[in-house]
Amino acid sequence: MPMTVVEKILARASSQTEVRAGDVVEPRVDLAMSHENAALVINQFQEIYAGTGIEPKPWDPARIAIIFDHRVPAESPKTATNQKKIREFVTAQAIGKFHDVRGDVGGICHQILPEYGYVRPGQVIVGTDSHTTSHGALGAFSFGIGATEMASAWALGVAVNIEVPSTIKVVVSGEFPDFVGPKDLILHLIGKLTAQGANFRVLEFHGETIRKMSTSGRLVICNMSVEAGATSGIVPSDEETLRYLREEASVTDPIELVVPDPDAAYERVIEIDVSELAPQIACPHTVDNVKSVDGVTGKKVHQIVIGSCTNGRLDDLEIAAEILRGKKVAQGTRMLVFPASGRIFAQALTKGLIGDFMKAGAVVMNPGCGPCLGVHEGALGDGETALSTTNRNFKGRMGNPNSEVFLCSPAVAAASAITGVITDPRKEAN
Amino acid sequence: MGKVVALFGDDISTDVIYPGRYMATVLPSETPQFAFANEKELNKALTSGEIPKGSVLVAGNNFGCGSSREQAVSCLVGYDLAVVAKGIARIFLQNSINLGLKIFIVPEIEASEGDELELGLEAVVNNTTGKTFAVEKLPAARQAIIDAGGLVAYTRKRVLEAAAR
Repeated sequence: MPMTVVEKILARASSQTEVRAGDVVEPRVDLAMSHENAALVINQFQEIYAGTGIEPKPWDPARIAIIFDHRVPAESPKTATNQKKIREFVTAQAIGKFHDVRGDVGGICHQILPEYGYVRPGQVIVGTDSHTTSHGALGAFSFGIGATEMASAWALGVAVNIEVPSTIKVVVSGEFPDFVGPKDLILHLIGKLTAQGANFRVLEFHGETIRKMSTSGRLVICNMSVEAGATSGIVPSDEETLRYLREEASVTDPIELVVPDPDAAYERVIEIDVSELAPQIACPHTVDNVKSVDGVTGKKVHQIVIGSCTNGRLDDLEIAAEILRGKKVAQGTRMLVFPASGRIFAQALTKGLIGDFMKAGAVVMNPGCGPCLGVHEGALGDGETALSTTNRNFKGRMGNPNSEVFLCSPAVAAASAITGVITDPRKEAN
Repeated sequence: MGKVVALFGDDISTDVIYPGRYMATVLPSETPQFAFANEKELNKALTSGEIPKGSVLVAGNNFGCGSSREQAVSCLVGYDLAVVAKGIARIFLQNSINLGLKIFIVPEIEASEGDELELGLEAVVNNTTGKTFAVEKLPAARQAIIDAGGLVAYTRKRVLEAAAR
């Protein structure tokens, strides 16, 4: 029976010759990722063993990744104490893939995992973060789970109770116009599907536009697949996946590509031509409230944010710096930039991008989740508006329920920083 | 039977149920104080005990969308609340099963604040209006976790079985 790429991955991970949508399987976990919420995972993990007389030991410490990113450096004694407890656990259990608060190897979990070659095509990856969907960009089946489910995976080495999801095939054609890219594509798709349109389903990306897209762009579309409710987004692995893993992630061991069968069964097929696509904006307070930039041009912006696991990579910073170079952030608008990892920060420094941002008046912050989820920096005042390259605009997301968040690409964010109002980069750049 | 104490529309995110700034609080025994922390009145009614245990939240589609934070479920479990929604987002649904939050997916639900709902596995009856609404069945595979009393107990059982082999 022909299978989709996720069906193939789940069949192999659960030692079956074939599985189909709706089957319940228990796949082996290749990589189990957590961030600061490992504090809760550890608590639940110890709870599982309470009263059993068995010593709590994770099934395979080499397959556990813990990356501090949500509140770095710690904003409170509580967070600092959680991080301390996690460090002690990491040492005691010899957890292999630990990234502490550091300027060299630190960063956002969804950037660190691909950057360090932890993600491979065909893997099953679980993460206690909803944007774990990102790693589908390298052809893995990767999805978000809760902390207790992670504790269970640490104990058993499998993801229990997984229903094989059905798959929506998304075929993308055409060449992106100038100043339009992967972020506009995924916002457009989320607007089309709605915030729950892909609930319990996988989005499998195909077409010439995807084949030509860099891994960085693929990470953007898989990252935000969850905003349409998808269990996961996935780009079947190809030459670009190999290039990224060899050249950028320094992987030297064998890599096996996993692709869907040509006549696999899809729940539906969505075709998108991007050649006429305009820059897209997600308006408050849902990610599926998507409009073309023309619909919101001129809206006053108090805070511009460029960064996050969605758009904090080198190509994102390059586009933004190019637009900002030699110009100034408008009075009455503040601009925050946070690269997705220490490595990206260093590359941006070498290329002079950090200097471009600072000369323009932007504040460059350390890699991490930053202001995205309103936890410890870059909060908004009452009645203020943010325009951000991050992935969520829910009410209160940036820490204040009496504020608004609009989502966009790095090009739109940079062009709008100069004018202080939502601006079409195709016009500002001319 | 439980009284409807709050009504919500579609796409209520975990940022609304449990705002990000309280995420450093992780223990299920401590999270309830921050349930709906940005919805001041509702939060106060919960923390003061004005809302009795066993009360019901009624919501539209895609309840619990967004972040995987489990605090958004454990904070509701702490008040023994039940959630009746037209639809529930995937991670929130699984977290609810894992932690034992009572959830009822009722696509046609009609209820107002103050209505008394009778919550059954197959139907929800609005005793105030007299109308009955069908409950969507949870996937059968998830029943094993519910039967075990949640995922911690379920996994503990599996760990003990493995040790006995």
